Amino acid sequence: MSMYKGESNARAAYLRKIKKRKIYVASTQILLLAAIIILWEVLARFKIIDSFIMSQPSRIVKTFVRMLSDGMLMHISVTCLETLAGFILGTVLGTLIAVGLWWSSFVSRVAEPYLVVLNSLPKIALGPVIIIWAGAGMKAIIVVALAISMIVTILDMLSGFVNTDREKIKMAQTFGASKSQTFLKIVFPSNIGRLLNTLKVNIGLSLVGVIAGEFLVSKAGLGYLIVYGGQVFQMDLVMCSVIILAIVAALMYRCVLLLEKYLKKFFNFTSV
Amino acid sequence: MGGVLQVDGVGQIYQAANGEIEAIKEISFEVEKGEFISVVGPSGCGKSTLLSIISGLYTPTVGSVYINGSKVCGISRETGYMLQNDNLLEWRSVLKNVYLGLEIRRMLTPEYKNYAKELLKNYGLYDFKDKYPSQLSGGMRQRAALIRTLAVRPEILLLDEAFSALDYQTRISLTDDVYKILKREKKTVVMVTHDISEAISMSDRVIVLTKRPACVKSIHNVSFPDNEDFPLQRRNNPDFRRYFNKIWGELDVHV
Repeated sequence: MSMYKGESNARAAYLRKIKKRKIYVASTQILLLAAIIILWEVLARFKIIDSFIMSQPSRIVKTFVRMLSDGMLMHISVTCLETLAGFILGTVLGTLIAVGLWWSSFVSRVAEPYLVVLNSLPKIALGPVIIIWAGAGMKAIIVVALAISMIVTILDMLSGFVNTDREKIKMAQTFGASKSQTFLKIVFPSNIGRLLNTLKVNIGLSLVGVIAGEFLVSKAGLGYLIVYGGQVFQMDLVMCSVIILAIVAALMYRCVLLLEKYLKKFFNFTSV
Repeated sequence: MGGVLQVDGVGQIYQAANGEIEAIKEISFEVEKGEFISVVGPSGCGKSTLLSIISGLYTPTVGSVYINGSKVCGISRETGYMLQNDNLLEWRSVLKNVYLGLEIRRMLTPEYKNYAKELLKNYGLYDFKDKYPSQLSGGMRQRAALIRTLAVRPEILLLDEAFSALDYQTRISLTDDVYKILKREKKTVVMVTHDISEAISMSDRVIVLTKRPACVKSIHNVSFPDNEDFPLQRRNNPDFRRYFNKIWGELDVHV
């Protein structure tokens, strides 16, 4: 009994240590952020740095409050909407195309070099072409976001489909599985883990595409605010938009993590 | 003629970019209903190819396979094929895994479902039906895979090194289990193995293949007294060694 107690004491100490470390890390993170903000503000107040060029935390907050009644929420929601559209379209279309390529090895052999070239090409370079084809507006921005996330999705999902455990496929075939049954019962479920990983990559890529698209052509969105702010030399607006963008990006990533957690539970992934 | 399974002059030549490979050549034998046949041969000799041909997964280059007198072309509904790995799907519960063959063959009727559940009950897996494969031991996984194969009610069962992925102790005890299951379900079995002891402990006849291109070298009738007929008992019978030495002598084993 005493030994048992000794063990549980050691355990409690261990858990305390882990918790303590967690608190240290979190508090240091917060302090660091606070220190940067305070230093920035103080340096600007005492005119050591030029707040016209470097901006200033208090001015950023003021800008944010002013912008709240001047369409800031609209700009945020436009960027979110475009990102979400690019993300969903890119993932769905990319996966569907990967399915098609898996289905026909002839088509996939033919498409391979094109995909490799498209993948290494910076999709932003296609921006002007996309704008001319899709029209200067939200459509073009979504297409840019889609183009960036779709190609990666195709290549990644296809390599997952192709590398599905051959023994499992053979097992299904011994029961006489058709190609579509093999896909639905073996190949696709085997690659759910990969799809979930692709989602995480795609949300980031899609946001890159949207901001790049908004830089090129737009009348709304966080990317538009950043470019506009830069052009009229309103650094407060630029900084404010960048900070909001960082928060939006982090929140979107969080959402995808939550989605992943839910889907993993749904598909029973004990170890992916 | 008259056996449930006839393999008639079957040969298989694989085409590859760098040439032809003749895997098996002129293999013929017959299997009676309820018989347990083992096929042994040096590794890489084409034993698995033979099973894939019997199941209808591959079409032989020459010769044919007949089941109950009709020629096999395409996947046969009369055979159940069990591979070396259990290949249980990690995202399905044990019960759903057992239903897989039924789903694929569109036979997921209450009758077949009940039969599958009955099998799970009889072979000690019913309490685990809602568990996932990762929660089962190696022996249980292999039994679940066997039940998945049996659930479609095949007349002939094809076992492809079905126990070799397991550790020695699990393998020995599972062999006993499986033997009892197959005898009770009155299945005709063709088992491919590289393990001569396994072949002798389970089979009525052992077919020895030559090295590639494989053909039938010899066929051995194996019989033990009726009251000592389970694999573990067979292994303790003095005749076991005798069979073993005879078959060992015929295998072209080069290390």
